Amino acid sequence: MSSERPFPPGDYDVVVVGSGPGGLQTGYSLGRLGVDHAVLSADDAPGGMFRRFPLFERLISWTHLAADVPRESREFEAHDQNSLLAEEPELRALVTGQMADERRRPAREEMEAGLRAFAERARVRVRYGCPWESTRREGDRFVLGTPDGEYRCRAAVFAVGMTEPWVPAVPGLELEHHYVHVETSGDRYRNRRVVIVGKRNSAFEVGEGILRHGLRELTLVSPRPPDLGRLARSPLRPWYLTAYDEHVRGAPGRYVLDASLERVERGAGGYRVHLLDPTREDPLVLDADDVIAATGFRAPLGDLPELGVATVLDGRLPALTPLWESIGAPGVFFAGNVTQAAQGLRKHGVASVSGMVCGFRYNARILARHLAETIAGKQRAQEVLDAERVVPYLLRELDRAPELSIQKGYLARVLRAARGGMVDEGILPLEVFVDGEEDGVAATLEFDATETIRPVVYSRHRGELHELALPPHPLRRYDGLVYGEALEDLLAPLLGRR
Amino acid sequence: MDTHAVAERLAQLTLFADLRWPELEAVAHAFDEEVFAEGQRVLRQGITGGAFYVVLDGEASVVVDGVERTRFGRGEFFGEISTLTGDVPSADVRAETLLRCLVVPGPELEAFLLSHPAVMLRVLQAEARRLRDSNRWH
Repeated sequence: MSSERPFPPGDYDVVVVGSGPGGLQTGYSLGRLGVDHAVLSADDAPGGMFRRFPLFERLISWTHLAADVPRESREFEAHDQNSLLAEEPELRALVTGQMADERRRPAREEMEAGLRAFAERARVRVRYGCPWESTRREGDRFVLGTPDGEYRCRAAVFAVGMTEPWVPAVPGLELEHHYVHVETSGDRYRNRRVVIVGKRNSAFEVGEGILRHGLRELTLVSPRPPDLGRLARSPLRPWYLTAYDEHVRGAPGRYVLDASLERVERGAGGYRVHLLDPTREDPLVLDADDVIAATGFRAPLGDLPELGVATVLDGRLPALTPLWESIGAPGVFFAGNVTQAAQGLRKHGVASVSGMVCGFRYNARILARHLAETIAGKQRAQEVLDAERVVPYLLRELDRAPELSIQKGYLARVLRAARGGMVDEGILPLEVFVDGEEDGVAATLEFDATETIRPVVYSRHRGELHELALPPHPLRRYDGLVYGEALEDLLAPLLGRR
Repeated sequence: MDTHAVAERLAQLTLFADLRWPELEAVAHAFDEEVFAEGQRVLRQGITGGAFYVVLDGEASVVVDGVERTRFGRGEFFGEISTLTGDVPSADVRAETLLRCLVVPGPELEAFLLSHPAVMLRVLQAEARRLRDSNRWH
């Protein structure tokens, strides 16, 4: 890397804040599209959260080294959820080069090395050591204050992660109890009674991590029951669930409770944790040597709420449009795992995977294109598909497109109706098509009410929207006759065939 | 809004009037709050996979075949009919202001109502009133 720091203060079309996977993917994609931009980061090196987390365990996203497609291919993205996206084949799948063995999920430091390799080899320029400190509006510009000076831009993209420790407002539960302060080595928790507040990934991760060090008692507690259906199918199952398994089988000193935390009292040499279980009249009281709040993180939104950025989930995430623009502050965009706040159609309650690199890398690429078109005024070449190519093209996308198989129900291949065929609009959030006006078709993969994966195709003809759920396939291959015929039938009016 | 504030908000709504505080907190904690921009669609006529929404703040309109039929405000709810019958929603629901809702995903509604019979009774009362007033709708 050159010693000259890039992106001095000044005027840019777009300013990106952050150098984790979201910031790197956005910076890379804006660069490829030739958009005038700057990338700023408070850190001194790329990697974001992966420079420190997860504390104990490997990532929960897979990289299958032995996949049967070339690592440089687009199809490999479905086998490799952790590498950032590149147009150049030699810059793809860079996390694979960091993995020491055939274990399917990278360790934290392998992920960090993969991101660093991407930043270096793709020459993603970032002004490191330049924290964003303040934001204000000035006419049609945003002004971002940093110690180096002011950055003016027409659109600002915040890829700041979920990095601020968050604890709920419970008397006695403090930031000092947060997951980030857990000690990962040695005998810190040996022979101790530990209460972990929370029952999501980080709670089970810490529980598993410290169980290895001779814990006397472990209790996990939060109001929401663990989502067992989801956990049973999740990559957490084999690694994190010892505590739950032992609770279910009645092991003394292992408890997983559904109760709300009333207060935490500090006493001589320990804590008293007061719980309220809505199904019982009498309160529950636990004595503990340590309390760990595995209660998650919030996006460090700084002064953005003063600009009108509306938030959800206890103010932890910004409320977003389908294209990741702030609800309440147009021109303010988000990238990275904060994009999980855009929920999409959320059919049957299924959320996007925008909280994971595999999902938000696509969001960032789509956002960069959206900014290139709307802010930088760059038109992209649009491919027109002849009528007879439309159905085979859509089937191939349903069969192979990694965007669709990863961001189920959130991203879709969208074609717009045109004379003599259809125009490829690219991969877009499904909601953009469904709630739009234009005639066309959007093909996606979704979980149905029984959590079976099936292709679903939405078409709009003369303003009328149709939804067609196609049958599932046991090997998830959607190129057979049944799919072709159903699509031909659905699209006949759009393709001028009747 | 933090979970505590959501629970306090729920306590003021008729639907949840019979729940005790820990139950309110559990409800606020168990289900997500979703925010919609003015003009954004919440439910879509003819599209499967909906959910049950309780309005915490703001106003939503119910639009059938492009014609506005009614509006929902704070404390009112929608989406339960398609969720419970398995039919597709018969109307669009659109945010008319910045709209905050508590969302119970479709697959979880039945279990939620069965575990909170007092809420189920309030839903039933509201449905009975809607049925009684249905001549205003059609």
